[in-house]
Amino acid sequence: MENPTAASKTKKPASNPATKMAIEHADDSPSAPAPDKARLAIEARAFSFWYGSTQALDSIDLKVPERRVTALIGPSGCGKSTFLRSINRMNDLIPKIRHEGDILLENDSVYRADRDVVQLRKSVGMVFQKSNPFPKSIYQNVAYGPRVNGLVKGKREMDALVESSLRQAALWDEVKDRLDSSALGLSGGQQQRLCIARALAVSPEVILMDEPASALDPIATQKIEELIYELKNDYTILIVTHNMQQAARVSDYTAFFFMGRLIEVGRTEELFTNPVEEQTEAYITGRFG
Amino acid sequence: MASSTPTAERQVTGGGISTRRKLVNQVMLTLTGVASVLVLIPLLLIFYYLLAAGAGSINLDFFTQLPAPVGEPGGGMANAIVGTLSLVLLAGAIGIPIAVGAGVFLAEAGRSPLGNFVRFIADVMNGIPSIVTGIFVWAWIVVWMGRFSLLAGSIALAVMLIPMVTRTTEEMVRLVPRELREGGVALGFTRWRTTLGIVLPAAKSGILTGILVALARIAGETAPLLFTAFGNPFWEWRLNEPISALPLLIYQYAISPYDEWHRLAWAASLVLIGMVLAISLMARFIIKNPYRDR
Repeated sequence: MENPTAASKTKKPASNPATKMAIEHADDSPSAPAPDKARLAIEARAFSFWYGSTQALDSIDLKVPERRVTALIGPSGCGKSTFLRSINRMNDLIPKIRHEGDILLENDSVYRADRDVVQLRKSVGMVFQKSNPFPKSIYQNVAYGPRVNGLVKGKREMDALVESSLRQAALWDEVKDRLDSSALGLSGGQQQRLCIARALAVSPEVILMDEPASALDPIATQKIEELIYELKNDYTILIVTHNMQQAARVSDYTAFFFMGRLIEVGRTEELFTNPVEEQTEAYITGRFG
Repeated sequence: MASSTPTAERQVTGGGISTRRKLVNQVMLTLTGVASVLVLIPLLLIFYYLLAAGAGSINLDFFTQLPAPVGEPGGGMANAIVGTLSLVLLAGAIGIPIAVGAGVFLAEAGRSPLGNFVRFIADVMNGIPSIVTGIFVWAWIVVWMGRFSLLAGSIALAVMLIPMVTRTTEEMVRLVPRELREGGVALGFTRWRTTLGIVLPAAKSGILTGILVALARIAGETAPLLFTAFGNPFWEWRLNEPISALPLLIYQYAISPYDEWHRLAWAASLVLIGMVLAISLMARFIIKNPYRDR
């Protein structure tokens, strides 16, 4: 059974294709929806979700292991984004929603009545499909979260946090000389990595990524994928993607959603090479969706 | 597509369509071009007239001296220029905080019954004739204070400014992409912190532009000032005293029987247009520099 740190050494991505490694090296334990020895980071229990009278999720049961990358795939409108946004309760912003069942984060209900949503969102970072840097400087984009949340004291500590966050997001070398210039002057890929740095700066336990590379060119996409590969040493990552090659490249586990239901979940290489469900096979071979 | 269609024939047909399209394109372009020239004509004529009739009367005295009594040559409109600036600035100080606050409320929580009501009232207020605003402020402020005043004039202008800025602020805040709001919320920010720290800065240049356009608009208003600021031939700084304003002086001088005053009215119009133009140029400058930080 792999141990994250050791694995990272052997799997360190070379500069080129970030790629394949997830498949080639993902360990060869028997496939099972129940994950490896990693602790559970997130667990959905019979979670259903409605927008008004439209049911978007139907009784989802999903276990997400800690410090692994889990990909959510499925055709548009299958509920994967809704599920992702249910974890940090971003859907609360939408009127007339309703849910049943529960989602546990670190064994603690996300939906319990006295849950502090602001606190919850601090521990769950989120990266969006469209990069959304704040209209502030590069430095301020990273520093704003920790400052508002009172995570650091003093300028020196903040400088260090900004630098380490940008380094973790593999952006530091590109922006270190222009931290004070506007974040909106960065390229799309850089903006997206800045958004990742911004999420990392508030020390989340889990990072949710909603099609983080769908608007990026192949080179920027590759950088994001390399980054995801690095980040799983320290964070649990859930990524929604329409790109099945991407899911195959970056994830350890893959969950296939269809029409609001979780059809199949398993080790990525198992799910892609030997899917159990017919619908899964149809989707990954491109027969629909 | 029929594969048997000879290439030559297709080219001919294609050529025909393309000629017609080019023609229509040319005609439409010409029409819109003519329309934009027509838009420019009144503006250019106004400038031409103002320069021809007013430029001759503009000199240093115009900006430094009080109006001269009838029959005496010279004099200036220094007190009216300062008066207009004071009225506009005070109206802004009163109206902008209220209007921006209301605009943000409408954009962020505007789907509530209260929001719909406020939006409706703002639209109605935008359509109220400015003379009515003047009478309203006269009835409430001037009668209550027992005198015309800078304060009453500013309140009248603020009443005009508030609905304009409220609606533009709402539009600008609405334009901020939802992703940006979600970015803040996802970091664990509260709603007011997201609005204040992220949404407002993102909408900043649009809101500022809306404010400047509204200020330019009220700077030229005459009717609301007739029964509120009233006018004053002397220097005046106090809040509770009548004050002079360029539009008032233009009105007063233009309907007078004296040629000298007519020339001064033209000159005052030119200066007023110049002030409005300056504000508009500032607005343009701000639009061109969105998202400047720090």
